Amino acid sequence: MSDSTHVEAPLSTTAERQAVTSQAGVTPSRDWVIVTRGIKREYDMGGEIVRALRGVDIAIRRNEYVAIMGPSGSGKSTLMNIVGCLDTPTAGEYWLNGSLVSAMKDDELARIRNKEIGFVFQTFNLLPRATALHNVELPLVYAGMSAKQRKETAAHALDRVQLTSRMHHKPNELSGGQRQRVAIARALVNNPSILLADEPTGNLDSTTSFEIMKVFEQLADQGQTVIMVTHEADIAAHARRVVALHDGQVSSDTRREHFVQENSHLIEAKKG
Amino acid sequence: MLFFESIRLALNTIRAQKLKSFFTLLGVCIGVMFLIAVVSIVEGMGRYMEQDLIGKLIGINSFELRHRPNINMGDVDPSVWESYRRRPRLYRDDVAPVIEALPDGTKWAIVSDNNLPVSSRYSSGPRNAQVSAVDGDFFAIRKFVIAEGRDFTPQELAMGTPVVIVGPEVVKRLFPGLSPVGRELKMGGLPYTIVGVLETQGSAFGLSFDNQVFAPWASPVHRLLNRVPTIVDAVIVQVPTAAQMTEAQERVRQVMRVRHKLRPGQPDNFSLQTSESALAFWNKLKRYLVLAGIALPAIGLVVGAIVIMNIMLVAVAERTREIGIRKALGARRADILSQFLVEAATLSTVGAAVGIALGVGLAKLISVVSPLPATVAPWSIVVGVALGAGVGIISGVYPASRASRLDPIAALRQE
Repeated sequence: MSDSTHVEAPLSTTAERQAVTSQAGVTPSRDWVIVTRGIKREYDMGGEIVRALRGVDIAIRRNEYVAIMGPSGSGKSTLMNIVGCLDTPTAGEYWLNGSLVSAMKDDELARIRNKEIGFVFQTFNLLPRATALHNVELPLVYAGMSAKQRKETAAHALDRVQLTSRMHHKPNELSGGQRQRVAIARALVNNPSILLADEPTGNLDSTTSFEIMKVFEQLADQGQTVIMVTHEADIAAHARRVVALHDGQVSSDTRREHFVQENSHLIEAKKG
Repeated sequence: MLFFESIRLALNTIRAQKLKSFFTLLGVCIGVMFLIAVVSIVEGMGRYMEQDLIGKLIGINSFELRHRPNINMGDVDPSVWESYRRRPRLYRDDVAPVIEALPDGTKWAIVSDNNLPVSSRYSSGPRNAQVSAVDGDFFAIRKFVIAEGRDFTPQELAMGTPVVIVGPEVVKRLFPGLSPVGRELKMGGLPYTIVGVLETQGSAFGLSFDNQVFAPWASPVHRLLNRVPTIVDAVIVQVPTAAQMTEAQERVRQVMRVRHKLRPGQPDNFSLQTSESALAFWNKLKRYLVLAGIALPAIGLVVGAIVIMNIMLVAVAERTREIGIRKALGARRADILSQFLVEAATLSTVGAAVGIALGVGLAKLISVVSPLPATVAPWSIVVGVALGAGVGIISGVYPASRASRLDPIAALRQE
């Protein structure tokens, strides 16, 4: 890993996180990008109440690179939907960049998604009939940017992921890794507060996965806050901090070094 | 910006799925096509009625004194017919006082007509033609042009010389392949010399205006036209300007009331017929025709709307994932709503545009192969386009609102 040559942004400490998540109703200071306090999410499945999240406290500081890990059914998808402002919690507070998102209505959430969040999905979720450039332009369309400015900004974002030469290709003319890089360019084009990746390597082979992880690494180095949801320990091991979920609650929240030590058997097994 | 984006998207969809789009647009297309065609034909008939037909029957700035109106369109009450039947006829003696009362510069003519057998030695048997006995400036008022030969001289009119002017149809039937001027035809057993041939007047709804024979009123033929030979069917008056119409009519009315010994309060027992009075019924009929021309295509448009709504519902279902992506990237409900509305409106407007082109073509085709004239009314094209867009928007509302209310999480999960 080349990260040893960079000066990593200081990770938040457990004490700092506890301090900020325990003060219910208080607006967190600006360097906390994400603060959740006692988030609960319950679904009514035909009379039966399913508790997907049972009180999650997470605090993420600007420029942290965090993996949220957990087996299926642990609630990590639900947490990601809430953090990504696609869903709102049944109870608890969610502060994104100093705004209380958990109290917002549909259209406000749409605006927050547009301005504050860049999504990267497992299945890329590119529009199949649009070119790479047009796909990257989409968030700018909804931000109300003029067509000319949009093209320039989108082209610049594609340049950041080394895809300038593929600008006018459609998704089916691109490889998996290239598609995911288009998706990353699209996620970054609006300068979001957080890059939110949901199993970003789930549909990629190990070489391409490694390539994408490198891109994330570089973005984190450049100061981008990155949150990655995954169930694979070896992928989670690329992040600088790993939050593990179990049964809708945070079961551990550690630095990478510690996580790698604890889960070395899983990571090694995968590599072998 | 998003608006043009949506139009582009809709046009792409049409291009990508030609057959599906064709069926989608068919309803709107047919609706608009018939709207344009029917309205064009009604307009064309209207123009024809106003400019040609009525003008030929009754000249410009002119009116006809008759014992009852000869152009009756639409329903006339039986009791009205009964009163028409009891009216006194006009006689030759009435003409001079009427003409005397007219303002200076007025032209006048008298006419009696009937269908009579006409024969010549160049054709096998007698043929029926409309025979008119005329006096005064008849051809000038009716704008009949003499193509060959000459008009009646004042002497011929005064003396009742047995001469005639004929329409081209009569020439064709009685003098096939011959130059008719100077030759004779026979009516009521008496010979008449042809002095002139009229230019063709064309036909309306299959009725020819060219099968006519005109003779001086004073010639013997007038005895064959009415039960009483001195009966005059009509006195035609043409004033120099439209402003003088009312005064001229009023003067004729007073003369006739005196001659018919009508007391004040008694209704007129004669008619003063203008081209406007003949057009009044046509205008009423036209309103119904235009209404029918709009109501029938409306059925096509309703069917078209239902089809578009269905296709848009399918499109929303097919593109659920796309909607999810757009929402995740920050599209608000209104953005998704307008995207699908614009798409539906674009689809249907394209259908309307095709329908307008086909409708104009159909109208032209009908005017070529049938006697119905057609004129494309510009307003019907505007209405067609507006209807197309309107149908699209109305039928797009429900699918678009469904799309806009999709839950982004469920939408993204859809395969």
